[in-house]
Amino acid sequence: MATDPAPLKPHCQDALHEIYHLLAGELDDRKREQIAAHLDDCSPCAEPYDFYAELRRCVQQRCRDTAPPGLLSRIEDALGHEPH
Amino acid sequence: MADQARFSALAMEHMSSLYSAALRMTRNPADAEDLVQETYLKAYRGFGGFEEGTNLKAWLYRILTNTYINAYRAKQRRPDETDLDEVEDLYLYRRLGGLEAARASRSAEDELMDLFTEDEVKAALEALPESFRMAVLLADVEGFSYKEIAEILDIPIGTVMSRLHRGRKGLEKLLYEFAVSRRLAEPVPGSAT
Repeated sequence: MATDPAPLKPHCQDALHEIYHLLAGELDDRKREQIAAHLDDCSPCAEPYDFYAELRRCVQQRCRDTAPPGLLSRIEDALGHEPH
Repeated sequence: MADQARFSALAMEHMSSLYSAALRMTRNPADAEDLVQETYLKAYRGFGGFEEGTNLKAWLYRILTNTYINAYRAKQRRPDETDLDEVEDLYLYRRLGGLEAARASRSAEDELMDLFTEDEVKAALEALPESFRMAVLLADVEGFSYKEIAEILDIPIGTVMSRLHRGRKGLEKLLYEFAVSRRLAEPVPGSAT
């Protein structure tokens, strides 16, 4: 069910466009503070921000695999056979 | 020179995250194990050239991605870069927003974790065209900076950003397809799913 978004103000457009970069920690201080301030004042922007922050956590946590138990010793063995 | 104990002490703590990344690249546990072992052998051989104090994890990922590109990629070329450019900003949010709203905003956190299972997230990431998959994996799963990714993949930072842009949209689109197939969301008329 796609909700029809309200028309965006220029500030909002800018903030929403930068969501991924903000979450990735890639904005410079000035830009980050500017957008953080906007999010504090604008709940229609804060909502998607929270959504994408959660999506990022979800993707990170869901993509963690543990190496199979034998792999470490297999690698250590192989390294042991390398010439020193 | 390469002292195995010192190398292991520094490098082995990254094994599980290298293995996870290798799985996303090869999509096959046996190949992923081989790829990680090969990465460590190469890193060990080249350890003399590694400067202490520089980023060991990024260096290991660089070897991992190069080894993958050279040795494994030929086996499983994926076609097409599809129509990812058509995916607009906030694609997934706008489509799932109604659902989130229906559940109220209190624990959006748990809900999103419920929304996509481990298998779905992995399948979505693994379904991305390779160059986008690598960029998204490094940035959004491993948390490397764009600059580090440029160095790992040996591409300009502008290319990193455009691959990320399209890869993230692609991921949203694929996740949305899972949501639709599980009837968590309604299909959008005209969207190719």
